[in-house]
Amino acid sequence: MGDRITIEPVTRIEGHGIITIDLDDEGGVRDARFQVTQFRGFEKLTEGRPFYEMPAITERICGICPVSHALASGRAGDAILGVHPPETAVLLRRLCNCGAFIQSHALSFFYLSAPDLLLGMDADPARRNIVGLVAAHPDLVRDGIRLRQFGQQVIEMVGGRRIHPAWVVPGGVDAALSGEHREAIRRMLPEALAIITRTLALFKQALGDFSAEIETFARFPSLYMGMVDGDGKLDHVQGRLRIIDATGGIVADAIDPVDYRQHIGEAAEPWSYLKFPYYRPLGYPDGLYRVGPAARLNVCNGCGTPLADREWAEFRSLERGPVSSSFHNHYARLIEILYGIETIGELVAQPALTGARIRALAQPNFPEGVGCVEAPRGTLIHHYRVDDNGLMTWANLIVATGHNNLAMNRGVLQVAHRFITAAEVPEGALNRLEAVIRAFDPCLSCSTHAIGRMPLVVRLRRPDGSILREISRS
Amino acid sequence: MSPEFPKKVRSDLNPSRVLTFRIDGRDVSARADESILIVARQNGIAIPTLCHLDGLSERGACRLCIVEIKGSARLQPACVTYPRQDMEVVTTSERVVAYRRKILELLFTERNHVCSVCVSNGHCELQDLAVELGVSHVRYPYLYPGYPVDASHERFCVDHNRCVLCLRCVRVCDEIEGAHTWDVMGRGITSQVIIDLNQPWGTSETCTSCGKCVQVCPTGALTEKGRSVAEISRRRRFLPYLQMMRERRDER
Repeated sequence: MGDRITIEPVTRIEGHGIITIDLDDEGGVRDARFQVTQFRGFEKLTEGRPFYEMPAITERICGICPVSHALASGRAGDAILGVHPPETAVLLRRLCNCGAFIQSHALSFFYLSAPDLLLGMDADPARRNIVGLVAAHPDLVRDGIRLRQFGQQVIEMVGGRRIHPAWVVPGGVDAALSGEHREAIRRMLPEALAIITRTLALFKQALGDFSAEIETFARFPSLYMGMVDGDGKLDHVQGRLRIIDATGGIVADAIDPVDYRQHIGEAAEPWSYLKFPYYRPLGYPDGLYRVGPAARLNVCNGCGTPLADREWAEFRSLERGPVSSSFHNHYARLIEILYGIETIGELVAQPALTGARIRALAQPNFPEGVGCVEAPRGTLIHHYRVDDNGLMTWANLIVATGHNNLAMNRGVLQVAHRFITAAEVPEGALNRLEAVIRAFDPCLSCSTHAIGRMPLVVRLRRPDGSILREISRS
Repeated sequence: MSPEFPKKVRSDLNPSRVLTFRIDGRDVSARADESILIVARQNGIAIPTLCHLDGLSERGACRLCIVEIKGSARLQPACVTYPRQDMEVVTTSERVVAYRRKILELLFTERNHVCSVCVSNGHCELQDLAVELGVSHVRYPYLYPGYPVDASHERFCVDHNRCVLCLRCVRVCDEIEGAHTWDVMGRGITSQVIIDLNQPWGTSETCTSCGKCVQVCPTGALTEKGRSVAEISRRRRFLPYLQMMRERRDER
């Protein structure tokens, strides 16, 4: 065994992870791993709690996508109650989800990845962060902050607060939407639309500078999974799962989330706390599939809103068949923001949105429930079992980042092969290793305290584990 | 459970003695059968309480209403201490406030009070007290007991992890409803409120499912099933009303 390079922690992602590169005796890259080193344990600690507490408890998994966890949990609760939420509740859940997508995608794009995309992968790391971006592109940063604020305000107006709204409940939602808030949301739409139109144009212009990254950021054929409605259009909240192969052929369609286990298996590796889901018919690890913004745009037949559909068609023309580089998640995120803004426009025009009937009441009628939604980072599955009194006996959560685990690992290896030789480890190569992870926007925990300020340490290790060389970014 | 002062009978025949004493330097007058807490509140002097609830007998369980009495080395709970002529009471000395905060911190350490996922978040008396007394930190190690949740009742749920042993449920069930379904077992911090002979709530034969215990609970320990985080709403106005009606019946 040769030397080992470790990037710890990976910066500008949500949570804590390490990248480890093992070198062979000639100094070539032998293996690369993305390890998730934090442990949360939500599946265990919720045992014994009433199932109706689950939306609020599982929201605490994440401060960026709490709405997604609440929605998945609420839907699992719907299934345990055995009820259909009233129409108004479904519309409101959708509306809240749009706000969540917009704010989360804006965070990923503008705050976490734009420093790489606009200042360059090889820019001075002291400058290559949101602060450096403010100096170089103040208007873009202002746009990003404003867009994220818009998403957060939608969540606040609908759910009562921006982060961790205790609003989704099994059977529906907890509070109706007032007419004033509907109007307030409507008034904010034009500005948000202008921002995303500008940003999309800017991003498409810059695409040409990133051909090397597009080529190597997890660009390989794989399966893709996402939720679509009955017509195959994007449906983040109420849809059914569809899985396509590398040529775009549908391998499984209209999967009821209840049956997810027939299609998805879960493996574990001793070196990471993140499970490795795989497509069951192909086995582990060959059943590698991807979820997330690009995967969703790959599996759907269109977004279902006019402007986003036009962008979707352009996006899909990037490659013949599914868009296979995970670099294009950035692109897909912007298209989904556009889709979210248009969908909000459609929702606020519906009279039923401000209805008063928002919750179906029932006792727990079924011992098991599965809730599935598309979170900003990909498909999110909550699966609960309860006892006769509605107390949790078992939970299984598959988060988007888990689905992408195999793909992220392979992506890291691909980038390492291209940009690293033991003799020379340029800073830009280290950043690309992190950037391929950022393209997936993994949510390893619940906060964004890493905005590029944490010290990055790379260790080159000899076979016996002793340190050959240490490079520190601080 | 009755206060140590004898119950009054026919006040016109046997009038309580009126006396004067001082609270925080203010001269106040009181009947001898009124606790320091009642007299303080009559005079607009705030003393924090947790186990006290208007309409129920006093218990002196939480000790948050402790006050200093000149000449006494020990702090006394205002809810079960009765005034004497010329007594001098101090409600907010540094010592008293420090002890109250300490008591509250210890209450937090004894069970698992996680506000963010609690049904009572935003409507919780324990939470309000922590804010009022400025408890920003807990200086003692948490005990993290693992009490099971009892959701066997059709409508109600008890989570001992959030119980502060104020015993309001025990008192309201005994004194107002008259069922005495609730009681206490164990000693000290291992005490626990129990249903009948320590059995699942759903199997109780004495519980009338009136829900009074749920309405008086200061925290998220007793809840209506299906209520999600921060969704609790307590209705307590029935208490003084029922008490008044009971007294009227007793007088007949």
